[in-house]
Amino acid sequence: MAKIQILGTGCPKCRQLTENAEKAARESGGDHEIIKVTNINEIMKFGVIMTPALAVDGNVKSVGKVLSPDEIKKILN
Amino acid sequence: MSRTDWKSEWKPLLIIVLVFLGTFYLPLGNTRFDNALMESLHLAKWYAQEHVLTCLIPAFFIAGAIAVFVSQASVIKYFGAKAKKVLAYGVASVSGSILAVCSCTVLPLFAGIYRMGAGLGPATTFLYSGPAINVLAIILTARVLGLGLGVARALGAIVFSILVGLLMHVIFRKEELEKADARMAMPEPEVTRPLWQNALYFASMIGILVFVNWGKPEGPAGFWHLVYSIKWLITGGFALALAVILVSWFGVRLWKVSLAFIPSIILGLFFPHEPVIAFAAGVVGLSVLTSRDKGEAGDWFGSTWGFTKQILPLLFFGVLIAGILLGRPGHEGIIPSEWVSSAVGGNSLGSNLFASVAGAFMYFATLTEVPILQGLIGNGMGQGPALALLLAGPALSFPNMLVIRSVMGTKKTIVFVTLVILLSTISGLIYGAFF
Repeated sequence: MAKIQILGTGCPKCRQLTENAEKAARESGGDHEIIKVTNINEIMKFGVIMTPALAVDGNVKSVGKVLSPDEIKKILN
Repeated sequence: MSRTDWKSEWKPLLIIVLVFLGTFYLPLGNTRFDNALMESLHLAKWYAQEHVLTCLIPAFFIAGAIAVFVSQASVIKYFGAKAKKVLAYGVASVSGSILAVCSCTVLPLFAGIYRMGAGLGPATTFLYSGPAINVLAIILTARVLGLGLGVARALGAIVFSILVGLLMHVIFRKEELEKADARMAMPEPEVTRPLWQNALYFASMIGILVFVNWGKPEGPAGFWHLVYSIKWLITGGFALALAVILVSWFGVRLWKVSLAFIPSIILGLFFPHEPVIAFAAGVVGLSVLTSRDKGEAGDWFGSTWGFTKQILPLLFFGVLIAGILLGRPGHEGIIPSEWVSSAVGGNSLGSNLFASVAGAFMYFATLTEVPILQGLIGNGMGQGPALALLLAGPALSFPNMLVIRSVMGTKKTIVFVTLVILLSTISGLIYGAFF
């Protein structure tokens, strides 16, 4: 089971990324948990300065862009 | 059946009650209120007629292109812990134009520069100038509030942001921050073509934006008037250049580009006196073309569309609210003109200071500062206080002060807010003395 972490302070792009991640998680079937990280100091701990960013189990996979559900699925598999 | 959980349901309840009370006591029939409603609609109509097609839409395409084609990694590397300090201040003061199109990206970047990168000085420099100099803000300020304020806003933000950063650095030089262990996660570089090709691509879009908005000069003759009389031809020329660039460097097929632009040319020939029709057709053509593209042009449209969806509703409600409160220039809204001119009229120290403090604490959704400022100026706000508010406004708000405090502590936040208010007041005083 993987933890998908969405890093972002709550702007529209972060919400879009969250939706895409939920879609990707549903379609890829695996047991994924989506966690939103909105506190800016928590986001800094990932080393991320361009939001929205996406991390899986604490490893940052993308920064500064909204990945499509397909791109997220590729990261998950 | 689950019971109503008031811990989470109080918000919708509050909204329903407020809307109900507001509607119940709606002061219909009150002359001032009825006028203000009409003013608000007039203002929205004026924006729709004057600014949406020829100003906002090209600006969205430019902002979208910046987000996709300007490498953010190449800018961010100048913020690293090992970057040269002089360079870090310089880049921090101007990079908002590239990095801060969406106001929500400013705070994470600020926190990152402070914690992991070049430190307090460049971080506060970025925080001050970032929101003020993003392309959309500058284009709309220059278009609606006049070129003078647009340029002053950009220059003021750049110059004073460096001052704010240096002062913060000097005041807190003894406090060395423990750098977070985390390394900055860089966005991947995405540039696939030489810089000069990108430069020409941006130049063609800026050319369209500038010439389609070319104002009618006062005199009947002369060079500026000549430019005005052929502005649609020049605009068409830049559009053609953009089409050529898309085909030669962006891998868009020639027949697709032709198909996208031919309706625009035909409509231009059929309705030579209504060039806006051809322009709109061109925008539709470009949108259809780029949105169906699978490559870079598709990314460009995606990003442009993102900005459009995000900003247009904010701006629409911003204009309606500014219209109700302040009316159009020369007409009053709910707030009497005397209030505005007594608080922020002229160019006194008090007016500038009041505008700075109000701007620092008030929250402006992206770009809504422009219609609000327009209303205030129409009601007698001075040029100096207008600049002061434009500088202090988007940089700070009460909610983002709380976030800044959680990043750098109470003391530094208070000093930063004070510096922003002081320097915005001073720049307002200087600008107001000249204009």
